[in-house]
This record gives sequence, C-alpha cells and structure tokens, in this order.
Amino acid sequence: MLPVLDEEIARHRIARRVAMEFQDGDVVNLGIGIPTLVSDYIPENIRVIFQTENGVVGAGPKPEKEDLRFIGAGGRCLKPILGGALVASDMSFGLIRGGHLDATVLGALEVDQEGNLANWWIPGKMVPGMGGAMDLVTGAKHVIVATTHCTKKGDPKILPKCTLPLTGAKVVSLVVTEYCVLRMVSGEMVLEEIAPGVDLGEFKKVTPANYKVSDDLCQMKGCELE
Amino acid sequence: MPTSVIKPVMSAEEAVKRITDGSSVMIGGFNYGGIPYTLVDALVDAGTKDLWLISNDTAYDDVGHGRLVVNGQIKKVTASHVGLNKSTQRLFNEKKLELELVPQGTFVERIRAGGFGLGGVLTPTGVGTVHEEGKQVIEVEGKRYILELPLRADVALIRAYRADRYGNLVYFGTNRNFNPAMATAADLVIAEVDAILEIGQIDPNDVVTPGILVDILVLKGDSYYASRT
Repeated sequence: MLPVLDEEIARHRIARRVAMEFQDGDVVNLGIGIPTLVSDYIPENIRVIFQTENGVVGAGPKPEKEDLRFIGAGGRCLKPILGGALVASDMSFGLIRGGHLDATVLGALEVDQEGNLANWWIPGKMVPGMGGAMDLVTGAKHVIVATTHCTKKGDPKILPKCTLPLTGAKVVSLVVTEYCVLRMVSGEMVLEEIAPGVDLGEFKKVTPANYKVSDDLCQMKGCELE
Repeated sequence: MPTSVIKPVMSAEEAVKRITDGSSVMIGGFNYGGIPYTLVDALVDAGTKDLWLISNDTAYDDVGHGRLVVNGQIKKVTASHVGLNKSTQRLFNEKKLELELVPQGTFVERIRAGGFGLGGVLTPTGVGTVHEEGKQVIEVEGKRYILELPLRADVALIRAYRADRYGNLVYFGTNRNFNPAMATAADLVIAEVDAILEIGQIDPNDVVTPGILVDILVLKGDSYYASRT
C-alpha cells in the first residue's frame, strides 16, 4: 500500500514541488485547481511573473477590496502587480503560442509515457471544452502537469497511452504528483524523485506507464518541509 | 460638424431590435468579465431565436449570455469553454444544441482573420489531437500547422469602458479580452460602455478600438454585474 495522504496535504505537496522548478524572471501561467496553489510557494529569492490567459501579465494576489474589473482566468479577483500589463485576448494568446511563456502548469485527466496530455473532455460525460489549454501546451517552453497520482476512484492517471482525447501530443515536460516527480528526458519518462514511505514496487502498481528509474533517484524535494 | 460620424446612442432594448431570428452574434467576455450585460439582458427579454452564439464561453446559467442558452434562444454555440454553464453541456448532450469547441487562441485568431481580411490563420495548436480532424494541415518549413478559417458575425455585442461620440473606445481591466477583436469582425457593432464622452475627451493615443468600427452606443445599466464590471 502507498501512504494514504490527506487531500490538502497532497495538493500542497504537489504545489510546493512545482514551484521549485522556476527560475528568476520566468513567465508562468497557472491553471485551475492544484496549479493555482503554486503561487503560494515561490521561493523568496526569485521573482516569477504570472500571466493569466484572460489578459493579465503580472497577476498579483487577491486584493483586500474586491474589484470585479480585474479577474484571473478562474474568475477570482486579483490585482495586477505594479509594472504589470493588461492585454486583449489576441495579445494574450500571442504571448502563449509565440513561445513567450517559460512554463504552464496544468491539471490532468490522463498523461502518458510519451508525454501526451488529456485534460479537456470525457466523451459522453463532461464537455467543458479546451479553453486555453491546447494553446498553452503548444506554446509554453515547459509544460508541467500537477495532478494527484490517481483519480478519486483510485484509477491510475499516468498511463502507457492516453485513452481520452488529447490536449496536446508529446508536449509534457514534467509530471508532479503527491508521490513522485517524473521528467520527460529525450522522449522517455524518468522517475527522478519519490515521496517518503513510497515503496517502488507498490508505486509501480499504480503507475502503469513505462518509466525508467533515474540513477540519481532521490526523495521528493520539499516533503521535508511538511 | 458632419453628423454621420456621430454614433447613435440608444437604449439596449432599441439596439437589440436590430438582431433578427437566425442571426450570428458575437458577444465579448471571459468568465464574468467584459460581458455587455445590459445588451445581453435586453436580448433575453426580446426573445430573439435560433441565434448562432460566438463567444469565448457561455458564462453561467443565470449570468450574462448563459441566460440566452437557458432561454432556448441559441441553436449553435462556437466557444472555447462551456464548463461553467451546465445548461450548455446538458443541451449539447441531449443534441438540442450544436456546439463547436475551438481552442481559445485559435478562437480569437479566427475572429481577427475575419475582421482583418485574412483568408485564415495557420496555428500549431491542436496538431496531433482530435481538433485536427477534418481540417487542412499545412507544413511550413518542416512544422505542421492547422489551417483555421475566418469567423465573422452579423452582429457583435461588445463591452468597453468609455466611448466618445465618434465611437472611439477604451477598455478597463480584464474586461478587454475578446471585445476589440470582435469589434472588427461583424457587420453591425453595438458597444455597451460606462460613459459617453465629448469629442476630444479621449486622447487619440489611448484609443484601442477606432470609432469607425462602432455603429451604435449603449450606456450600461445598473444590474448586479453591469454595475460592478
């Protein structure tokens, strides 16, 4: 059995680890859900510029007084930072598709060993639409998937091949779950970090994708801070 | 002064009478930001039917143009995301609504193509996914792109911050989103604004949408979201 984690602890563990990926000056788009939490964990010695696809470059925290004329993509009020910019959707997606984003952090329904990502449609059930996700995974330099390791029902999400319609083909750079960090290296999925108390044999049972275990496998960074 | 360049100011009720059954209608907005609420509410009251709604999303069941969907006035939706409106998803699953989902960056580029006289755009977005199916894929310098076709509408309902009497528009906050692009891509453009100023009160340097694109001006009303966005 893998360690059973409280959902909140799992979500924050993932967010904290993702935040360690950024470099000073990076421009980053955060998706809805776990990715939103990432902004709480940016190391103090670096500055990251958050972009929201509805038109903010330099999104700041939630203001004390709500002003519905400034919102993020999820609809929450925000305050643009001093030195930020407000742009229209064509510019916003020009930035996204044009390679001006260092990273995008998104959730996943499924991700696979080839770096394919599915997160926008469950045929016959849920049809929310792709929103900006297809553009983000196409244009951002790094596509970071921040997701719980399994679905709420306990089904694996990290598969040999995605079964759901793709958001992007061979686009994923990194997968962070509450149990591990998997990095795509030259088209191959590599297990680089594993959370404390996770047995590799048990881990394999909930991770059907083919992955290589890194020679430098280490404990998942940030877990020591919990 | 020639009066033809002075844009008519109308009530929302009067303005939406220009929209006929079966029209294609672009509506600005992202989530609850930048929606021309007063015009949309008037269109709900008018009950105009069989509309093709072209908007980034379908807002919420009881907010903005989500109400047009709930009210059965929409026969087709072209959008990038409808996850916030349960009625859109339900009506689509019941086959009572045609739904065309488009990646958001592609959505705005198609509108731009429609408004800027382009025959389409080539985008890498969606290559290798179901979005590619049925579309022409063109290879340029070894990279594959989907040819996306222009999108235009009979009418665009847009939201801006302030207008002058010529219809020049400036925007505020995250209410800008798709509104400037839509202002270029419809035969009739109706802009809902917070205030209508005299000529000269908007510096030409600040104008985002030139007034020549705008046909009718409507002052925003005092509904919950109209007054707060």
